[in-house]
Amino acid sequence: MNPIRLLRGDTGGQVMLGLLAVAMVLVPVLNLAVPEGSPLHLSTFTVTLLGKYLTYALLAVAVDLVWGYMGILSLGHGAFFALGGYAMGMYLMRQIGDRGVYGDPVLPDFMVFLNWKELPWFWHGMDMFWFAALMVVLVPGLLAFVFGALAFRSRVTGVYLSIMTQALTYALMLAFFRNEMGFGGNNGLTDFKDILGFDLQADGTRVMLFLASGLALAAGYLACRWIIASRLGRVMVAIRDAEARVRFIGYRVERVKLAIFTFSAMIAGIAGALYVPQVGIINPGELSPLNSIELVIWVAIGGRATLYGAVIGALVVNYAKSVFTGILPEAWLFVLGGLFVLVTLFLPRGIAGIASMLRRRPAAEGATP
Amino acid sequence: MKALDQLREAMRPDRQWSFMFSQLDLGLDLSHGQILYLEDISVSFDGFKAINNLNFYVDVGELRCVIGPNGAGKTTMMDIITGKTRPDTGTAFFGQRIDLLQLNEAEIAQAGIGRKFQKPTVFEHHSVFENLELAMAGDKRALPTLFAKLSGAQRERIDEVLDTIGLVADRDRPAGALSHGQKQWLEIGMLLMQDPHLLLVDEPAAGMTHQEMERTAELLRSLAGRHSVVVVEHDMDFVRSIARRVTVLHQGSVLAEGSMDEVQNDPRVIEVYLGQ
Repeated sequence: MNPIRLLRGDTGGQVMLGLLAVAMVLVPVLNLAVPEGSPLHLSTFTVTLLGKYLTYALLAVAVDLVWGYMGILSLGHGAFFALGGYAMGMYLMRQIGDRGVYGDPVLPDFMVFLNWKELPWFWHGMDMFWFAALMVVLVPGLLAFVFGALAFRSRVTGVYLSIMTQALTYALMLAFFRNEMGFGGNNGLTDFKDILGFDLQADGTRVMLFLASGLALAAGYLACRWIIASRLGRVMVAIRDAEARVRFIGYRVERVKLAIFTFSAMIAGIAGALYVPQVGIINPGELSPLNSIELVIWVAIGGRATLYGAVIGALVVNYAKSVFTGILPEAWLFVLGGLFVLVTLFLPRGIAGIASMLRRRPAAEGATP
Repeated sequence: MKALDQLREAMRPDRQWSFMFSQLDLGLDLSHGQILYLEDISVSFDGFKAINNLNFYVDVGELRCVIGPNGAGKTTMMDIITGKTRPDTGTAFFGQRIDLLQLNEAEIAQAGIGRKFQKPTVFEHHSVFENLELAMAGDKRALPTLFAKLSGAQRERIDEVLDTIGLVADRDRPAGALSHGQKQWLEIGMLLMQDPHLLLVDEPAAGMTHQEMERTAELLRSLAGRHSVVVVEHDMDFVRSIARRVTVLHQGSVLAEGSMDEVQNDPRVIEVYLGQ
């Protein structure tokens, strides 16, 4: 898998990854090397905000892989994202040790508060980073595998599948709200102190998390690009366009869907795991169906089936969200809805489609006599 | 002594136990000269008998036409052969050994039955070349497909099929940009790439111009012999131009079978179909 060969012909991807590389050099320099008083200084708050956007972008790429290329409109990717986040949150909770409010060396604060005497079985091992990192991909992957195996085998498609994925997210949210589940209930997991021994509040750690998010986005993008460029990628698009035909030429459509859906859920899990240490909290709110829907809107606005369009969409919409919720919080949902309607009407191929529209127009004019 | 003999027989080193063979043995056995056996097949939808005690056999290398009025069960018969519809009763065998009723669509396609739909269905966003590449016979499981690369011989095979279906010049065009007739040919080409033993072709001439129809007839005739071909068609001129044997379906069962002339002179056929 040679990245240069993979990106041949993918101009949007080249530009996107180029800009990402520039940002990954500039942001640390502007934050760490430029003195605080200078107008060029980038605050740590901004670095973290950018890092958060990058994890959203990675999540959007995962959604584009299944929706844009295979036609599965998943409204459950918020759940895979949150599960990855919870796995990371559990690791960070265990790192607090006896520095919590109650000072218990093993039990997180909320368990002491609930009068629990010992750690639930699924919290064991989460104090080891490698184990937690494994869970970050395995838990969302396993859920997607089991769910997908049942749904795709029964040939549930289209709107029905979307509704089922949404129900899955909703059910998980209700479950995670309960204190008895052992994930901190309503409040979720928070008050993190350090990751791999580094202080989470330190500028250097924040910059490292930003860089890790950037690297994960680049790797995730290239991995998805690689799948798309393979024959399996062409089978995926064929499934989107004419599923029955694919079956009659001898492909096991269910298995292709299952493999890609599971892979996509794992990417979403990684995005969630990078998101949590940067925002400092994970709670059941992340599992709300609204999040999953919003995330589909990012991809639609950025442009489906381009991968880099998903990245653009995630960055543009979330930047707009940060700005608008600062100025006029009540208006944000109207802006988002309006943006979605406008893009659907005037830019059916999203922001990424503008470039190809501009390229085609002069050619079309030249063709007419 | 008898028990000892039995034991010796059982322990024979070259002994092959029946349970060691997969139930889904995909080796096609054509030793009896027939490739498809449908026997006593019945299927009903909400009480309507779409197929009623159907018996239908196809010889190896034969080009067979199936005609019949609308609702005679032609497409349902194809659905049963390709695993899309399961019959209520009856048996369906491909060759001597492959029980079609035990397999799903993908397995049936892998076993060597290719199908062309009534409405041309090609992958519109893929180029003509890619359409043929996807249809090509080979390992179609997910992981091998991820790592699949085209060999020189496979490229040649695709070019050969492009030549057969007359789409060499359209090799790199998106399939969605082809004309209706060209899509039909591309779909037949996709069937050929699968190297099927049996081709099921549903209304290949529908919506075609006269020239296109002639080309299609020529194409189908050239396929017979190397493959067994079953064509469902409405257009009588087209059927006459390709068929050696014709089967007439009526109300879900076979009404008559024979050469075009025999069938056309059969009073029962005249009554239900041709005489109208």
